[in-house]
Amino acid sequence: MSDPQIECRALWKIYGKRQVEAMRAVQERSLSKEEVRDEYGCVLGVRNVSFSVERGEIFCIMGLSGSGKSTLVRHINRLIDPTSGEIHVAGARVDRMGETELRQLRAEKIGMVFQHMALWPHRTLAENAAFGLEVRDLSPPKRRAAAEKALAATGLEGWADHYPDQLSGGMQQRVGLARALAADPEILLMDEPFSALDPLIRRQLQDQFLDLSTKLKKTTVFITHDLDEAIRMGGHIAIMNDGEIVQIGTPEEIVTRPSDDYVREFVKGISRIGLVRAETIMTPLDGRQATPKTISTGSRLDAVIDLFLPDQQPLTVIDPLGSAVGQITITDALRALRG
Amino acid sequence: MKTDLYNIFDTEWVPVGDWIEATLKYVVENFRYIFQAIKVPFDLVLRGFEGALTGAPDLLIYAIILLVAWQAGGRRIALIAGASMLAIGLMGAWEPAMTSLSIVLTCVIFCALIGIPLGIYAARSDRFWLILRPILDLMQTIPSFVYLVPVVMLFSIGNVSGVIVTFIYALPPVVRLTNLGIRQVRPDMVEAARAFGASRRQTLLKIELPLAAPTIMAGLNQTIMMALAMSVVSSMISVTGLGRMVLRGIGRLDMGIATVGGLGIVCLAVMIDRVSQSFGVSARDRGHRKWYETGPVGAFYRPLAKFRHAAK
Repeated sequence: MSDPQIECRALWKIYGKRQVEAMRAVQERSLSKEEVRDEYGCVLGVRNVSFSVERGEIFCIMGLSGSGKSTLVRHINRLIDPTSGEIHVAGARVDRMGETELRQLRAEKIGMVFQHMALWPHRTLAENAAFGLEVRDLSPPKRRAAAEKALAATGLEGWADHYPDQLSGGMQQRVGLARALAADPEILLMDEPFSALDPLIRRQLQDQFLDLSTKLKKTTVFITHDLDEAIRMGGHIAIMNDGEIVQIGTPEEIVTRPSDDYVREFVKGISRIGLVRAETIMTPLDGRQATPKTISTGSRLDAVIDLFLPDQQPLTVIDPLGSAVGQITITDALRALRG
Repeated sequence: MKTDLYNIFDTEWVPVGDWIEATLKYVVENFRYIFQAIKVPFDLVLRGFEGALTGAPDLLIYAIILLVAWQAGGRRIALIAGASMLAIGLMGAWEPAMTSLSIVLTCVIFCALIGIPLGIYAARSDRFWLILRPILDLMQTIPSFVYLVPVVMLFSIGNVSGVIVTFIYALPPVVRLTNLGIRQVRPDMVEAARAFGASRRQTLLKIELPLAAPTIMAGLNQTIMMALAMSVVSSMISVTGLGRMVLRGIGRLDMGIATVGGLGIVCLAVMIDRVSQSFGVSARDRGHRKWYETGPVGAFYRPLAKFRHAAK
């Protein structure tokens, strides 16, 4: 069942000349970020991070700027070398790869999308999209075909011979996505891909990406500083603070059971209505009579509220096998809604 | 010897001049053959240019200059270049102008060949740049008369030595601006290239150099201008060309010939400056047209492309 495509174990990144010393000191005395900076003049980028991403899922890493999320994602294709720890990608040890292997991994298996697009202005869209194939010395017709296919997948047919500065921001980021998809990699790394766009376009691109993602089933690591976006995207969300992952869970787990005040603060303004499931808020039946109104497990809070609209009789929760497992009263529903 | 405290610094305490003279003498006596060997490539290229530019019919060269200007910068630049060169021709300064032009071109070729790699390496290594910078400052600020004498002693007089003197003076801007241009490339553009599996070489050739090209061309343009500015000074080591007309005019108090030489340098400078600047305009600012779609080449290419399109 479990088939992790990306796995990081006990990953550390310390920047600075004395990183080895600092690393040892941090592990022995568990220094804070500030103590490391003052004692060793080193910056703690990533602190003892472990996580795994299943094949085909979208894994969100959420955190404020400076929390180390961009640093973390760059370890997966080793644009940044870890100070210690293991990185497994598609069954290979990335942290032990040599330069040639690494380049092959980046060109063939991992596509990356950048916050500020980072499209090359002197290249046409087709040349941008096919860059990963060009560095692998594929023939020009093959490159062209792959680029056109990728551009078509992101809704940019017919733009292949234009240049990035002739496009709007939203279209540019679709080129960014096309470039990541052109080599048909197994993995996508998306570093705040939609943050630089205005809200309407962002929403549009999120939907487009989700559509594409269900079709292509790429394993995706999606970085964002916006919890709403993370919830829309993610099968799992990891929340980072000061280089550490403070909580990993499904959107519902994060919203209903935040692990500390930092996460609680984030979750505050998030609507629970499409997240919380019936079985999370039900109370066990404990011998009470099943009511005629029923709802199946897995239904979200919005469906529960819809059933309370005509009258306020309690609901009985039915599991997939058809047996009653719990009951929801109007009070439970309202409490869950308030959070 | 009694030291005069009042005028203490009138005495030469550290005989720098003597040391330099002794070193130079030693080098000249023992290693002159090395410097003679250095001359060879300069000599070959210079002779090639000079032979072509002065040997060919004047009108042919004039037409070629016009076509190059048109290709580089369009009709307007061609018009400016045409007018400047016509002025030179009508003043009867064509032959020396061609000599000056060939010296400048030779110098630019060597400045580019040596300066651009130096600049690239300087952009890669902060330490190298730290060492290189004061040397470039020195090359630019030291009065050129100072190294005129050692160059003559090591390389003897003549046009090739003129190219070498000019090379020393004109090299710094291309190194500086190549360094600057590469350092100014947005880091995420380079990171993106790495993220898609490019090697350092591929990143340099496919991403960094093209993005830095306008800045590098600005450096080459400055190099060209400085090379032209040296032509009068270098005529003192019997370099021929427009500079010598000026020098001869000054020597004989012949204002006519000095002014013709001076005007010739100005016209040549205008032509070279405009043409070389047009080479530096990025494709983005030209509306993304390929170079072969504009100018005289475009005039041939466009109908051809249309024909091919129709044939399809």
